[in-house]
Amino acid sequence: MSKAELLKSLEHAIVMGHLDAEDEGFDGTMEGTPGTVELVEEALEEGVEPQKILEVFGKAMERVGDLFESGEYFLPDMLASAECVGEAMDIIEPKLEAGRSSEKGKFLIATVEGDLHDIGKNIVATMLKGAGYQVQDLGIDVPADDILKSIEEFKPDFVGLSALLTTTMIEMEKVVKQIREKGYSDIKVLIGGAPTSEEFAEKIGADEYCRDVMDALNKLEEMKAAS
Amino acid sequence: MEEQKFQYKKPLHVQPVERFTQTQVKSIHEASMKLLSETGIQCAGEQAAGVYQSAGCTVSETSDGKQKLWNIRIPEKLMEKALSTVPSEVILGARDPQNTLYLNAKVPAVYFGTGSETNIYLRSRIEQFVSTDSSKNTLQYPVFEEEPGSIKALRESARLIDHLEHADFFVRNINIQDSEINSTNKDVNVFFNALLNTGKHVQGGITNPDALSDVISLAKIIAGEQPYLPLSFIVCPIRSPLFMVSDSSEKVIAIAKEKVPMVISSSPQGGVTAPIQEEGIVMQINAEILAGIALAQFANPGAPVLYGSVPVRARLDTLQDCYGTAEFIHYAMGCAQMARFYGIPCYSSSGVGDTKRPGMQAMMEKVYSYLGTASAGPHYIHYSFGLLDGTNIFCPLQAVLDNASIALVKDILRVPSCDQQHFDAALQEIIKTAKGSGMFTRGVRKQFRRKVVSETYEFVSEGEEDQVFVKAQAKLDASLDDDSNTLPDDIVKQVYKEIPGLLKNIK
Repeated sequence: MSKAELLKSLEHAIVMGHLDAEDEGFDGTMEGTPGTVELVEEALEEGVEPQKILEVFGKAMERVGDLFESGEYFLPDMLASAECVGEAMDIIEPKLEAGRSSEKGKFLIATVEGDLHDIGKNIVATMLKGAGYQVQDLGIDVPADDILKSIEEFKPDFVGLSALLTTTMIEMEKVVKQIREKGYSDIKVLIGGAPTSEEFAEKIGADEYCRDVMDALNKLEEMKAAS
Repeated sequence: MEEQKFQYKKPLHVQPVERFTQTQVKSIHEASMKLLSETGIQCAGEQAAGVYQSAGCTVSETSDGKQKLWNIRIPEKLMEKALSTVPSEVILGARDPQNTLYLNAKVPAVYFGTGSETNIYLRSRIEQFVSTDSSKNTLQYPVFEEEPGSIKALRESARLIDHLEHADFFVRNINIQDSEINSTNKDVNVFFNALLNTGKHVQGGITNPDALSDVISLAKIIAGEQPYLPLSFIVCPIRSPLFMVSDSSEKVIAIAKEKVPMVISSSPQGGVTAPIQEEGIVMQINAEILAGIALAQFANPGAPVLYGSVPVRARLDTLQDCYGTAEFIHYAMGCAQMARFYGIPCYSSSGVGDTKRPGMQAMMEKVYSYLGTASAGPHYIHYSFGLLDGTNIFCPLQAVLDNASIALVKDILRVPSCDQQHFDAALQEIIKTAKGSGMFTRGVRKQFRRKVVSETYEFVSEGEEDQVFVKAQAKLDASLDDDSNTLPDDIVKQVYKEIPGLLKNIK
């Protein structure tokens, strides 16, 4: 396979959300064929520049976005493609020049203290990674102090806070307050989760409330465009 | 049967809900046999009486003071003989062969279509309303206009049904009342206008028995090389209780001789023309349908027939038909079981709104009717699209809404698809995912494309305002604008040349 064909196959694998050879893929028929992981490894072995591979990720995800917009793809399809890109990023990241992998921005994400729910947060983290953000996921039940410590070390452009319980959403207020008190005025804070709302985001001083993962992606793009 | 050689339209396969126990089914059968063999039916048709007599039934001439009547008593052995020649499989052709329907009495698989012959066609359009209290409060809602049934309305209905994904067949739904239409030319114009506008199976009654040969010739021209005619007939030879009408009984005999598929129906009204309790109405309608089926089989053994059950309950305030009741469903479910007991494909009824306009009442009445009736596994459910005010109004907007409701019902009743291979795969998926990402979204994709994941309601709203009517009207308008699925010009020319009575301005 030529390098061009290899990159074309890689793009197709990502569009089809085909992670690796063990994965059944889009419709259960792709098991046993090379997936994103194998194709990225092969491309690197063949001497394809990591930057070229990054370009394929962008192109593939753009196509996935179009398919989602047209109603042909659903969120699980997008998520599968994003997961492919996320896994592939882990492979090529060490080979990229410093800073090239986070051109879209750094995103720190966590479920706040007292809350053990992680599905929504995981979906957002996967999608952001697939969309090209450098994501650090702190997990669930994360105390405010740990979030602040990670901000200091990771230096994110965005912080995402998740909560599913009315009893834990108030923890968000505490985290936002501490972020502002520490002087991180340039960090945009996004919140999400069933009990939260635009009004709540405004009340606690967060920059954006995100209804769902697509809303989060759109608002991030809007914020980046505005800046 | 040629099931393996032909591609049929996919039905909804169900695991049938059995409302009656097998003992109760047998008791109903025995009661029906007693009615037919001891009480018998009163028959106003001399030709039918002759057919019954030739077959060995006990026929005695009588009179109601106005006309000659014949009392027909059918011994159980003779009924068994008649039933033994009824085909358990019926194939209903279509202008577009992929719409061909396969009905097998042994396989509970359901098709949905239109029904009745309404006098009123209810047009709709969306208007914007503004609150008189606050101009900020607005609402988009349909307004309606009634018009008498016409050829134009019939054409539009057929075209709409052609576009609706969950409509499997088109029973002529409009009583055409154009001034140029009379009893001589009505039948050919009904069938031709329907076939011109839909590639799905077309079914209707015959007003004039003399028109039968022209209608069959029309069907043969349109079918061309296809093995199955694109149309079939409905005949209701019975006026409940237990009375056989003269001209309809002649139609049964004539159609049976042609071996064109035919629904033999009865439509008693529980509380007025039949007992209101389900065991009573089911034993009566069963006897009535079997009497009609026996006539067809005696006239021509092997004639393809459907067990036409259209029982309804009476409203207790007006004694008119009432479809929004549990009994309407109970009766239909019982009849589906009886048809299965005899091994005859079942024609059934569901989805009629008692209200005069689309809205929450119609939605409620229809959805639970589709669900209940289809769950019993009848093969061919008519009345399912657009009917309001009982069976007096056909509303195209309602038909679009009904299509979306039937989609949901099909998902609910879908037979589970989980063989051992699927169990093993699910187990592996749980083990792998629990150790890994914890999210099963990757597996969703495959299941969705296996069609084991349901679609959401077709007309979901994106904002806070309910948009069902607006979206349904848009779909309706788009469907009616597209008249591309029609007959080729050379076929139309041939039809005009060979079939008398067609109005000239049809196309």
